[in-house]
Amino acid sequence: MENLIALLIAAPLLGAAVLLCGGRRLDAVGHWLGTFLAGASFVLGAVLFTDMLGKAADARTVTQHLFSWIPVAGFQADVTFRLDQLSMTFVLLITGVGSLIHLYSIGYMEHDERRRRFFGYLNLFLAAMLLLVLADNYLLLYVGWEGVGLASYLLIGFWQHKPSAATAAKKAFLVNRVGDMGLSIAIMLMFTTFGTFAFGPVLDSADKVGEGRLTAIGLMLLLAACGKSAQVPLQSWLGDAMEGPTPVSALIHAATMVTAGVYLIVRSGAIFNAAPDAQLVVTVVGAVTLLFGAIVGCAKDDIKKALAGSTMSQIGYMVLAAGLGPIGYVFAIMHLVTHGFFKAGLFLGAGSVMHGMNDEVDMRRYGGLRTYMPVTFVTFGLGYLAIVGFPGLSGFFSKDKIIEAAFAKGGTEGWILGGAALLGAAITAYYMTRVMIMTFFGEKRWQPDEQGNEPHPHESPGVMTIPMIVLAVGSVFAGGFFSLGDRFLHWLEPVTGHAEGNSPVSAMTVTAATLVLLVVGAGIAYVQYGRRPVPAVAPRGSLLTRVARRDLLQDDFNHVVLVRGGEHLTRSLVYVDHTLVDGVVNGTAASVGGLSGRLRRLQNGFARSYAVSMFGGAAVLVALTLLMRAV
Amino acid sequence: MNPVNYLYLSALLFTIGATGVLIRRNAIVLFMCIELMLNACNLAFVTFSRMHGSLDGQIIAFFTMVVAAAEVVVGLAIIVSLFRTRHSASVDDASLMKL
Amino acid sequence: MSFPLLTATAVLPAVGAVATAAVPAARRTTAKWLALLFSLATLVLAAVIAVRFEPGGARYQLAESHAWIKDFGVRYELGVDGIGVALVALTALLIPFVILAGWHDADPLETGSRRWRPTQGFFALILAVEAMVILSFEATDVFLFYIFFEAMLIPMYFLIGGFGDRAHEHGEQAAATQRSYAAVKFLLYNLAGGLIMLAAVIGLYTQAGNFSLPEIAQARANGSLHLATSTERWLFLGFFFAFAVKAPLWPLHTWLPNAMGEATAPVAVLITAVVDKVGTFAMLRFCLQLFPEASKWATPAILVLALISILYGALLAVGQRDIKRLVAYASISHFGFIILGIFAMTSQGQSGATLYMVNHGISTAALMLVAGFLISRRGSRLIADYGGVQKVAPVLAGTFLVGGLATLSLPGLAPFVSEFLVLVGTFTRHPAIGIIATFGIVLAALYVLVLYQRTMTGPVKAEVAKMPDLRVRELVVVAPLIALLIFLGVYPKPVTDIVNPAVRQTMSDVHQTDPQPEVEAAK
Repeated sequence: MENLIALLIAAPLLGAAVLLCGGRRLDAVGHWLGTFLAGASFVLGAVLFTDMLGKAADARTVTQHLFSWIPVAGFQADVTFRLDQLSMTFVLLITGVGSLIHLYSIGYMEHDERRRRFFGYLNLFLAAMLLLVLADNYLLLYVGWEGVGLASYLLIGFWQHKPSAATAAKKAFLVNRVGDMGLSIAIMLMFTTFGTFAFGPVLDSADKVGEGRLTAIGLMLLLAACGKSAQVPLQSWLGDAMEGPTPVSALIHAATMVTAGVYLIVRSGAIFNAAPDAQLVVTVVGAVTLLFGAIVGCAKDDIKKALAGSTMSQIGYMVLAAGLGPIGYVFAIMHLVTHGFFKAGLFLGAGSVMHGMNDEVDMRRYGGLRTYMPVTFVTFGLGYLAIVGFPGLSGFFSKDKIIEAAFAKGGTEGWILGGAALLGAAITAYYMTRVMIMTFFGEKRWQPDEQGNEPHPHESPGVMTIPMIVLAVGSVFAGGFFSLGDRFLHWLEPVTGHAEGNSPVSAMTVTAATLVLLVVGAGIAYVQYGRRPVPAVAPRGSLLTRVARRDLLQDDFNHVVLVRGGEHLTRSLVYVDHTLVDGVVNGTAASVGGLSGRLRRLQNGFARSYAVSMFGGAAVLVALTLLMRAV
Repeated sequence: MNPVNYLYLSALLFTIGATGVLIRRNAIVLFMCIELMLNACNLAFVTFSRMHGSLDGQIIAFFTMVVAAAEVVVGLAIIVSLFRTRHSASVDDASLMKL
Repeated sequence: MSFPLLTATAVLPAVGAVATAAVPAARRTTAKWLALLFSLATLVLAAVIAVRFEPGGARYQLAESHAWIKDFGVRYELGVDGIGVALVALTALLIPFVILAGWHDADPLETGSRRWRPTQGFFALILAVEAMVILSFEATDVFLFYIFFEAMLIPMYFLIGGFGDRAHEHGEQAAATQRSYAAVKFLLYNLAGGLIMLAAVIGLYTQAGNFSLPEIAQARANGSLHLATSTERWLFLGFFFAFAVKAPLWPLHTWLPNAMGEATAPVAVLITAVVDKVGTFAMLRFCLQLFPEASKWATPAILVLALISILYGALLAVGQRDIKRLVAYASISHFGFIILGIFAMTSQGQSGATLYMVNHGISTAALMLVAGFLISRRGSRLIADYGGVQKVAPVLAGTFLVGGLATLSLPGLAPFVSEFLVLVGTFTRHPAIGIIATFGIVLAALYVLVLYQRTMTGPVKAEVAKMPDLRVRELVVVAPLIALLIFLGVYPKPVTDIVNPAVRQTMSDVHQTDPQPEVEAAK
């Protein structure tokens, strides 16, 4: 059975190769081929899943060794896959949500002449993401890690004729590269420490190494995670990434790729467990990001950017949970899965709205769409209830557990982290209610665009609504299903380990507090946006609002420090290279030339002046000889 | 008679020749001045030969005469052909062989 | 006596050069096909060498040895180790692509023009370079190596100066001036390096009494040839200087951007992917083997220079306005990585460096040749003159992107393997340098993606709107290179298997062992 693992990756990889090299002949069938191969991968995943369920809980890890990849003295990198409960969870999420989004894209990208290529990229993404979660060593994971980065680059910049899309794509890749630097340094550290970077040996012998070394590895892994998962300080690319087609935002920038950082931290749990300092930094990053993203999400009028802020914030929850150690790993992954459902659903809903509204993204131009797009409204609404943590829906179960675990960390840290998580829940309720009201309630605010085309909101075709419905079902029931009898906990426990914490606050209190804050957040949003008309042009707003609209000045900071500084640096280096380094060489050449020019003047052709120099020379020689004698 | 006086004469002749080479333009005069310098040297050689009582200096004087004769042959030929082409025996006019 | 395979591999392109040059002026196409045929035949011979070579066997295989100049002990000695095999194969592999890509580079300027363009000469010179580069990879006699190391400058000089890029923002006259400047600069730089090396070669002879690399290395190893510390260091510096100019290492690099900028794209590939490799190859073969102690002594300084090369080259690439100069500076950065790997003195570093030479050759060839196709269409080298090419020529843009991604060492493509090996190899011995070098990967992403964004994306510029996509000939050039990049990225084992034993021997030459991991991990 384990020999099938490679096929999981091979199917979408084949699709990518065929679609990208196939040329225009495949235009007519390309999207179906891509969707079919994604689906095939999902079916294969499901088969492997049932097979895994048939085994004892502690014997579920299987590996498949394909070939020796980079064999150099002492450095053994193999292409080996590992399928355990953790990667299985991801495989199902990736291929499942992935297949749905392939299906959705058939409708969404219908009018795009480059649809075949789009599906090629999507398949490439699936292959890379599966490689990421199935790799059995960090170097192979790195290949998947950058592979998804590449797919993300290609897809964000899919509409390359728009300079903003091209810039956003480049920015995403670059910021991710900074994170990748962390990953490669982490791998190098592992190699010098353990002599290998395969999961098994590294994680099993992590406790034999000094804490300082592990903290260094952990921090480098965190840097990588920050890049991929858009955590502070490498968060700035995610908002711009919304330039990509909406299915991409749903699949890559909400459900799967951006959660790779969480996967990395959970996978490397053994390292973090033995490095409490690194763990603390992880929790801080998570807590800061969950607030950061939430605040940004509150100020955005662009529906996708508001959701992007929300994604950042939700991943902040997951990172926070992952930083709490064994007590949090399971809940990080559980929130990741439920988030995969409801956030993908929300993005697809947003895409559906845009599809019906001539690609308008400004929520101030929406309003009252619930009657025009009933299916979208209902599925989006269910996603909304799930994300804010409405009791009984997915988000409620997964988020509550994280908040509880945060309090259970104990001490001041526990209170601060738990407080931040609670506050985040309130803000989540606020901004999601705002999105909901501005989009689906109130009066219509849409206007003709510059060409005078009046939008005619309409429900999207079935090929788009079916994935939305499936995801909505997932957002409603997944959390409850997982939590019932701690199913998810027992499923993942063999990989992640588990610990019970002593929370200073009881679970009931946390739940009650969350619900109160949910009502408060949603209530404020209702008062602000539901009770009064929404102005079509954004008011100037308070200082905080304005700053939040500018993504809390992240880009301004980057621009001033990195872009400007970098430009000055490169410009002055070009100058230095030209004038100094090259100047020394050219200067030498010029002075040799100049000297010979001077000497040339002595050769004036007058025999008598030659004679003078001869006599002069002879006189000097004689004089010198005499002088030497005298001395 | 003190042979050193011959050396003074030789130095005087050499100086006259050298000055002539430096200040005169006419190639023929130049040529004669060079001959003068050569003969001044010859005189010095012979004088030294006498002073030191060895024949080396006199032998070298013969060599110098042979060289001078050869030089006259080649040099005069050059001067004559130069005069034919440029209608002047001035050495300053013959300054074409420069960079 | 067995068939002299190594000599044949070098003689074949040399014969090809003569034959191509002898084709009558009117029959240009015949000359082109002849040159291509000879380069392909050389490739076959190189493949035979690679197959015949036994990785576990003797150090120098397929050896040939004949007396040449008896009075000075100069011998005609050839032999290849794994590193040599890899580079001979790379050279033989790239030349057919260079010829094919430069198919029209030496055509008459316009039909009926009275200005003569020696088409035959162009292809003959390329084959001549190939012959000499191959010989310098094969020579195990120091003097013999020196001769070819220097002699290849002559055809290169004419290729740069005589067949340069005519695209120039200030017109053809400016292009000609720039071109001769670049050619002279190339020649002077390399001659200066070569001259210093000649002094060191003679110095070595006075100490050792012969020029044979295996003999001297053996004598050095068993102690029968003892060099005074200062002598060894001076000789090392003499050799290293020449190789550092050729490689090129900062601050001896400034000839490369000029040469690559002014030459046509195929010739630029010839410079950076083939000729420059002789420099880094010779560092591994001559500097480390002949002067192990001096190599260790100089290591810190060289590592710092390599590090500067990496970052400096990358930063300058970011600041370039000219596509070809950008690739040139990127190459300087990559050569920094190669030299870093060589002098990290670890198996990973040196295997990685050798692999890097091969991979850099292929990836730069891919990027530069596509850039050449692009430039030939628009007639400009300036990045700002392009925009939106992706829309009109998607295949061109796609191959350009793959070339660029290889240049930024994307995992899955060949250069990643070598770059990571170099980084790991450096890190195990010099963690700080390893970490700083890692910044290079971010900068690489920056210059590649900025280049791609400015040329290929955005609104279509009027001048590129009619640009045709890749033609069949061009696709035949690029597709195999890309396939190779992917293959060697996924399965580099064929190359590493050949290279590893040679690296093991070099490591033992310099008396170095790899640092051991802190913890013996549970297997």
